[in-house]
Amino acid sequence: MRILRKPSYRMITEAETPDDAPKKALIYICGACQAENEMKPKDPIRCRECGYRIMYKKRTKRLVVFNAR
Amino acid sequence: MDNPIIMNKYSIERTLGNEIKPYNYDEFVKNFKINIISRSDNDLEFDLVGIDVAVANSLRRVIISEVPSMAIEKVHIYQNTSYILDEILAHRLGLIPLKADPRQFKMKEDENSEPNEHDSLVYEMKIKCTKKDLDALAHKQFISFPVYSKHIKWLPLGNQKDIFTEKDVGIISDDILIAKLRPGQEIELKMFAVKGVPKDHAKFQSVCTAWYRMMPNIKLLDEIKGNDAVLLQSCFPKGVIGLKSVKGVLIAFVEDSRKDNSSRNVFRYKQFDNKILLSKIQDHFIFTIESVGAMDPSLIFLEALNILTRKVNSASESALNQTEI
Repeated sequence: MRILRKPSYRMITEAETPDDAPKKALIYICGACQAENEMKPKDPIRCRECGYRIMYKKRTKRLVVFNAR
Repeated sequence: MDNPIIMNKYSIERTLGNEIKPYNYDEFVKNFKINIISRSDNDLEFDLVGIDVAVANSLRRVIISEVPSMAIEKVHIYQNTSYILDEILAHRLGLIPLKADPRQFKMKEDENSEPNEHDSLVYEMKIKCTKKDLDALAHKQFISFPVYSKHIKWLPLGNQKDIFTEKDVGIISDDILIAKLRPGQEIELKMFAVKGVPKDHAKFQSVCTAWYRMMPNIKLLDEIKGNDAVLLQSCFPKGVIGLKSVKGVLIAFVEDSRKDNSSRNVFRYKQFDNKILLSKIQDHFIFTIESVGAMDPSLIFLEALNILTRKVNSASESALNQTEI
């Protein structure tokens, strides 16, 4: 999980996924109310529900296979 | 009742081995009996009379560790933001008992092959806890949304839709707690059930347990009356010793020795010394099978008999081949 506090910090995270389409909205989870927020680059980092400023990245929907034993 | 096991105060007198009779097929057929004592959807109690301990124990062991059943084997986790870790969640899901009849499925030959309608069942669970769910559960601060086995949905594979219904292959009980969610947390996964044998993993067991005990036998060597009779009655579980009144004096008699649990409580009292003989009948087994719910207990017993026969046949076959070499 990554805590995004400053816009400059967020720019680094954007650079990690260069193949993403520009200005693609990503879902972040509010650290206070767990609400899901869609955020574009350069958007203010602020929860739309409660105004909290610490956001977490959501787990990807990537498939993981486990043996049920 | 020949050759009983006699229970003394501190020891058990095993007479087994002193006079083992040679096996006689005709005698076995004549003496062998199965009496069903009680029977319900999941439980079966029956008597096996006139059989060797070895056979009774083999049957018990085969029922517990060789009768196959269906269980979830692979879990594809797409999303899990709950507090339960992925691998623990997968393990919990594996232990959920399924209603599917294992006889209608084949054993999967290759573990990594694609699941098909003959060897696999697919289930899906997609659940997300929202604020709304929590509002429905009253306004408490620390509340969690429980995920039960009823949230698991069966996905038919191939032509399974025509053969089964969700009731045939779904989950046996719908109130098994799998996880608890806080608002915003979600679980999305697919489960693949296969047929397997319980010696591979306990989740494949088709019985909760299966056991037998030898028929207890109580013999009153002397007449026990009055207060001693009442005391004797209190030494055994309810219904084992009865009391009858003869000319105003209570006399104890053995009412039903089957209910005795062989606690040997009577030997604590001096007044019963050498008056009571407790023993076990060696060839009378009280067999109990408790099914998990996928198969009828009597069918589990039949299946165990088939497996045992197959084992004996293959053993004798390989013994015959040995002598040829």
